[in-house]
Amino acid sequence: MHLNPRHEQKVIHFALFFCTLVTVVILFLIIVFILRKGLPVVNSKFLTANPVDMGRAGGIFSTIIGTLALTLLAILVATPLGVGTAIFLTEYTFENKITRIIRFGAECLAGIPSIIFGLFGFILFVNKLKFGWSILSGALTLAFMILPTIIRTSEEAIKSVPAAYRQVSFSLGSTKWQMVTRVVLPAALPGIVTGIILSMGRSIGETAAVIFTAGSALRIPTSLFSSSRTMAVHFYILAREGISMSNAYGTAAVLIIAILMVNIITYYLMEKFIRKYS
Amino acid sequence: MSSLNQDPIAIRVKNFSHYFGNIQTLKELEIEVRRNEILGIIGPAGSGKSTFLRSLNRLNDLISDSRIEGTIEVNGQNIYAPEVSVVELRRKLGMVFATPVPLPRSTYENVIFGTRLAGQKNKEKLNELVASSLEQVGLWEEVKDRLFSSALRLSGGQQQRLCIARILALKSDFILLDEPTSGLDPISTMKIENTLRRLKESYTIILVTNNTKQAARVAERTAFFLGGELIEIGPTDKIFTAPDKQKTDDYISGRFG
Amino acid sequence: MNRLERNEKLIRLALLVVAFSAVSILAVITVFIFSEGSPIMLKYGFKNFLGGLDWYPSEKSFGLLPMITGSMMVTLGALIIGVPFGLGCAVYLTEFSSKKLRRVVKPIIELLAGIPSVVYGFIGVIILVPLIRNTLGGPGLSVLAASIILGIMILPTIISISIDSLLAVPSSYREGSLALGATRWQTVKMVLLTAARSGIIASIILGMGRAIGETMAVIMIAGNAISIPGSILDPVRTLTSNIALEMGYASGEHRQALFATGVILFIIIMILNTAANITSGRRRRRT
Repeated sequence: MHLNPRHEQKVIHFALFFCTLVTVVILFLIIVFILRKGLPVVNSKFLTANPVDMGRAGGIFSTIIGTLALTLLAILVATPLGVGTAIFLTEYTFENKITRIIRFGAECLAGIPSIIFGLFGFILFVNKLKFGWSILSGALTLAFMILPTIIRTSEEAIKSVPAAYRQVSFSLGSTKWQMVTRVVLPAALPGIVTGIILSMGRSIGETAAVIFTAGSALRIPTSLFSSSRTMAVHFYILAREGISMSNAYGTAAVLIIAILMVNIITYYLMEKFIRKYS
Repeated sequence: MSSLNQDPIAIRVKNFSHYFGNIQTLKELEIEVRRNEILGIIGPAGSGKSTFLRSLNRLNDLISDSRIEGTIEVNGQNIYAPEVSVVELRRKLGMVFATPVPLPRSTYENVIFGTRLAGQKNKEKLNELVASSLEQVGLWEEVKDRLFSSALRLSGGQQQRLCIARILALKSDFILLDEPTSGLDPISTMKIENTLRRLKESYTIILVTNNTKQAARVAERTAFFLGGELIEIGPTDKIFTAPDKQKTDDYISGRFG
Repeated sequence: MNRLERNEKLIRLALLVVAFSAVSILAVITVFIFSEGSPIMLKYGFKNFLGGLDWYPSEKSFGLLPMITGSMMVTLGALIIGVPFGLGCAVYLTEFSSKKLRRVVKPIIELLAGIPSVVYGFIGVIILVPLIRNTLGGPGLSVLAASIILGIMILPTIISISIDSLLAVPSSYREGSLALGATRWQTVKMVLLTAARSGIIASIILGMGRAIGETMAVIMIAGNAISIPGSILDPVRTLTSNIALEMGYASGEHRQALFATGVILFIIIMILNTAANITSGRRRRRT
């Protein structure tokens, strides 16, 4: 069947447009579906009250706290380690076999499924180090999970700072550390922060790695060693065990909105980054 | 390093050679740079002009397999001596590159960048510095109303003059310029050449240029480099009309390069 | 001056310690997984693990073949669904749509990547599974359901990277082809897809990696039956689900077997990542 190329193009054009349309529509449908069923459940009481009766009633306050605690602690641990490593690899060593191996290792680990991190965290933090199911175990596991990503995005951001800036800084009498802190890091900051915020988004939605390390306690956590449930875990349990569909929708709605906000901030930052260099 | 030195010779290059790994880029150079002169350096691409300039402020040190022999004395002190502070050296010998590189900051911030690194924090002093530096390069009138907007918005010629102002703010003694007008239009080029003539009163200037006519216009003495060697150095008039060496004559008349 | 240089040396040392710690952590994770998971594989033999059909941990039977098949089928299904739509979308956005549209749609697609996998799984259970059960039969919790949801989940990966690869093709290729009288589609088919081939293949490989590693969504919609599925309407369990489902109560050799599953997954992902790196020809080569 040999179509006239012009006709063929018209057909293909439509087919491709259809692919794009389907993709975008699916996204909207998912978000609209969750929000439509979930937003009615979300009110100030939902957000500020604790779950009652295993989540059948009440709100999700303790899970919000859990999510915040885990995510923020993970970022707090992973960021200095990740950015520091990136600075060291780009500015303080020369490109050699060792740096290539490190980079390859980071890239590989960035692709390892979260369940494996959950496994790792469970055996190491919960059992061997005897932290138990706790915010500490969960946050450390998450930190290890996002570390490769932060190293990678920070490195890329630092590397994209023009070499000329470094030369100029030196020629004006700066030390290497001054050059790094006053020229390179400020210029690379949007890219670095983007990577951090993206990791934050990933942590917020993470379930597999968290459920086996932070546990699923419903009380507001009182210390680093308390077990705690995150919104994503809460949603999973509510849905899977069929405890309360309406609360599940509500939790999902809050989760989606949080992640939407994170994505929007990231997008805005990336735009700023690109604009600065064009 | 005192800048009140009375020695009429500001820089003494003695039997200086430079290597990148095993490749010799500069061969046993013997040069004297006089105080408050504009010394032009001409020569074909790859002749070592830029490498020489970067040896003066030790920017070559940043490259891992860079190696030197011999000495360079600036204001009587060997700059390759182990106790020398490279950071301070670079403040004394400011460099302007071929492509203007303003940092992604405001004009004001750019001018005081180096000064801030040196620890100067006094707001008034900084303001003074900005005004006087920009005036010396003839930029003050043009940018005084937009000191705090991004330096990236300035034109190429203005950016390059800003780069010179950056060095002046450091109270350097020397200005090293590496083909500073190669990417600029004729009018900007003229403005910069005029600036250099004005600055010569207070600074010693070394100008590397690919453009022999520029050297003829601006430099009092000119040095001709070829293949990493100093072929000839002397008053610009003489170099361009009656040079001693045949190779110099060949280059000037365009027979090669 | 000396103080300045000493400070610089200290800073370098501090950064070295930081980098070393980070690298050690990465190494520890790898070493740990392997050291916990390898002994049991060596004890019972690789053939039993990889080829055994029976997974009865209490009776020391650790055959992973049903789960390996499950992972493979579900991943393959995800690719069948995700690649055509993903590539089609990428081609449309780079070659057929306006730049403005692309600038709007690309971030929207990246949003898809941010939706948590539990939400995808939920949507699958609520909408897709009953749909399949009512129209096609079977329990609904099936290979088909998992393939569709996973296919959607890997769309952003394939689309983003393919778009980047297509955009990286020099415009002279496009212009040359069009100047010879080819239509845009002919240009895409004969010139651009070939030129961007390495990046597109890398995106597919990375999408594969994501699909194989997905856990929560699959648990919710694939059925989790330990058997080799006979049709796409049959339920199935993947390697990842296996770990997640049993880890809560596993102990002793059972737990070690789950680690062994982790090792196998780890190796598969490493192979996929290396393959992706090689095919994309080290995109770091920027002049």
